[in-house]
Amino acid sequence: MHDLQTVLVLSRWQFAATALYHFLFVPLTLGMTFLLAAMETVYVTTGRQIYKDMARFWGKLFAINFALGVATGLTMEFQFGTNWSQYSRFVGDVFGAPLAIEGLMAFFLESTFVGLMFFGWDRMSRGKHLLITYMVALGSNLSALWILIANSFMQSPHGATFDPATMRLELTSFTDLIFSHDAQAKFVHTSIAGYVTAAMFVAGISGWYMLRNRHMELAKRSFRMAVLFGVFASIGVISLGDALGFIDGNAQPAKLAAMEAMWKTRPPPVGFNVIAFPSQKQQRNLFDIQIPRLLTPLVTRTMDTVIPGVDEVEKQAMVRMKDGIPAVLALKTLSADPTNLAALAQFRAHQQDMGYALLLERYAPDLTAVTPADYQRAARAVIPNVPVIFWSFRVMVLAGFVMLFYLGIATFCSMNNKVQERRWLLKIAPWLIPLPYIACEAGWLVAEMGRQPWTVYGVLPTWMSVSTQSVGYMVFSLAGFVLIYSAFIAVEAYLMFKFVRQGPDEGATAAPAH
Amino acid sequence: MELYAILKVTWWLLLGVLLIGLAVMVGMDMGIGAALRYFGRTDGERRAVLNMIGPHWDGNQVWFILGGGAVFAAWPTIYATAFSGLYVVMLLLLWSMIIRPLGFEYRSKLPSPSWRNLWDWGLFVSGLLPMVIFGAAMGNMLLGVPFHFDWKLDSWYTGSFISLFNPFAILCGLMSLSLALYQGSAMVMGRGEGAVRERARGLGVWGGLGALVLFTVGGFWVARLSGYVVTAGDDPAGPAMPLHKTVEAVQGAWLHNFGAHPVLWLVPALTYVSILLGVWALRRGWSHFAWWLGALGWVGTIGTVGAAMFPFMMPSSSDPSQSLTVWDASSSQMTLLWMLGWTIVFVPIVLVYTSWAFWVMRGKVTAAHVEADDHAY
Repeated sequence: MHDLQTVLVLSRWQFAATALYHFLFVPLTLGMTFLLAAMETVYVTTGRQIYKDMARFWGKLFAINFALGVATGLTMEFQFGTNWSQYSRFVGDVFGAPLAIEGLMAFFLESTFVGLMFFGWDRMSRGKHLLITYMVALGSNLSALWILIANSFMQSPHGATFDPATMRLELTSFTDLIFSHDAQAKFVHTSIAGYVTAAMFVAGISGWYMLRNRHMELAKRSFRMAVLFGVFASIGVISLGDALGFIDGNAQPAKLAAMEAMWKTRPPPVGFNVIAFPSQKQQRNLFDIQIPRLLTPLVTRTMDTVIPGVDEVEKQAMVRMKDGIPAVLALKTLSADPTNLAALAQFRAHQQDMGYALLLERYAPDLTAVTPADYQRAARAVIPNVPVIFWSFRVMVLAGFVMLFYLGIATFCSMNNKVQERRWLLKIAPWLIPLPYIACEAGWLVAEMGRQPWTVYGVLPTWMSVSTQSVGYMVFSLAGFVLIYSAFIAVEAYLMFKFVRQGPDEGATAAPAH
Repeated sequence: MELYAILKVTWWLLLGVLLIGLAVMVGMDMGIGAALRYFGRTDGERRAVLNMIGPHWDGNQVWFILGGGAVFAAWPTIYATAFSGLYVVMLLLLWSMIIRPLGFEYRSKLPSPSWRNLWDWGLFVSGLLPMVIFGAAMGNMLLGVPFHFDWKLDSWYTGSFISLFNPFAILCGLMSLSLALYQGSAMVMGRGEGAVRERARGLGVWGGLGALVLFTVGGFWVARLSGYVVTAGDDPAGPAMPLHKTVEAVQGAWLHNFGAHPVLWLVPALTYVSILLGVWALRRGWSHFAWWLGALGWVGTIGTVGAAMFPFMMPSSSDPSQSLTVWDASSSQMTLLWMLGWTIVFVPIVLVYTSWAFWVMRGKVTAAHVEADDHAY
């Protein structure tokens, strides 16, 4: 059975589930490698054993996390092909390149040296080992760079154009692809979010030790390094998030309208919805609390730029759908007869709106007979899920500021050697560990659900990207992923808690063999 | 020849290099994983074996991930058509492969024997199954896979999952498993001592001989198979569009290239010579030499498949004219050129630091070493 709608929904669930799951392990890796490098740097420059103990203890926890990051990344690399084959064929010429370069330049580096980092302590000089630790940090962060360059192409496609001779997007400028503004802001925002995650993780566990008077020397130093690292990182993540919002707001007006639950276009400056209960069906907010005049300067950096609301986005989409229809019809002719010059000319004239006509095709399979009702339904579909995006965004921002606040106070107290007196700081530290994870996952939801209904914004709709699988296969694979991944995370969490409880001294060594 | 055509052939060769890198490096680790419980009878022995590749398995695995990325970048139509068509097989491959990182990392973290046994069997599955699937996938490419495209180039796979596990594909799968066992054994022999070393020698010899027998049977089988021939319209420098050519299925066509260029017989000959020499080297105890001969054996094996099929990459058994070839499944000229640049710069760098990593970690690994190192697996 090839029921496209069901397969589409299940494929989206599978991608979201596996990507969100993968992203539980990646941020800690990104930040922890730098913290490990920092600890080892102090060890190498001062020669004090305690810093080596720190690097080795946190390295052990890093490894438990890293294994799952590697395992879940493996399936991601192939999921575009297995479940999104039309997407893969359509954009592979452009999107595949950063993924391949990621493997070649970054993942090889990280994975080869991570082995030496764990196994090579006694096999080389301190300086060489330190260099290797930095290579791991560099590798993991370069990895994020290339993945986010690829992702940014989906968010705001640059450097490619559709070629009717091959029926796909083809690369026109490699430099446009890699130097997209979205890619730069997104890379810094995401990798620094990883640094905050590592900071909260190390601070939380160190705080837990300090509260119990365990491993004081190690915990005090780890806590101080983590919160100091974290306070700078959280400032960075918030300012880059702001920059990203500015860039995305221009590139994807639909996402911005959804993030702010802005249904109607109003004369500037418009207010900022602090809280709202958006209703997608009625296209209005059932309830909201607004700060007047704040949104316009926040996202446009001016007081008088109009921010398009949902109504305006839909109106523009409808115009583009109508204009794109001749391009899709010409494409059908060209597929059978690539030498038809009239069709080629017709295609070129309407090419820039082809994506919108492809979106419309889901609601009006026969593009020669589109009714006003079809346009209406397709225009509605241009708006992503407003309540989810609105709230995910607020959860992410709130979590970011809570962490900044905590890290700021903790840094101040830690620098004045007053952390032990402020017991509440230590008490809440472990409970704040989930915050960065929640923020990272919410951020993914804003970025990826906010891009719907597109896989490549404005160019390729999601419904056309999916593989022609049967429903049975999809149920099988989704069930399998849920089962395997649940077992994996249970094992990971068990080991993580066990080794944290054991602490650096007693439990670090695996028990002798029987 | 035009630049675009040259680039396509270059990337076809680079795909071969990638597959060989994958087969040699990942195959070695998988052979060790699959035979872990044979190599090591006690927990101490098993930990010693695991730690021989402990520092390297993760780096080696990148050959697989890079394989996925490079096929995506250079052969996007293959990436899309093959991985979606072979859906269930791909999932079995991925699910079994992702047990491995946890198996390595978590197995020795707890002392419980049942915990460790469980991960041992996990490593067995995640070594054995992927190697069989790699080989079987290769076998299915030789047979042709039932798929076709619609006007938008959406690919439709019309076969069943079970039909991918036909006798010929299983034979290819077992051949690939045998070579992996050989490669893993050569590694364990080099870095193990005493009983572990002797068991590895025995398994390596059987793996090598088994691979040769299966290679020979497979060769005769291929000669009788229906191969594919392009009869019109596949322009080497043309755009990557698989809908405008005609292809015929012809019995024995996979030998045509060897008939036209007899020098190609040297490629399968390489497999025979290297594996036979390798078996001899294993018996003499020259494990290092045997490892490199095993790698050459993979060059011969994968090279033979490539030489037989060129220019075909993924023939369609249900609609041969829509088969994917070197000329119509690649990326654009600009992408191939850029990717070639990155490859020329980074592959030598990767090879240098990988070799350095193996050199740093060289030497024997025994149960005693493992006990002494609290970071060991």
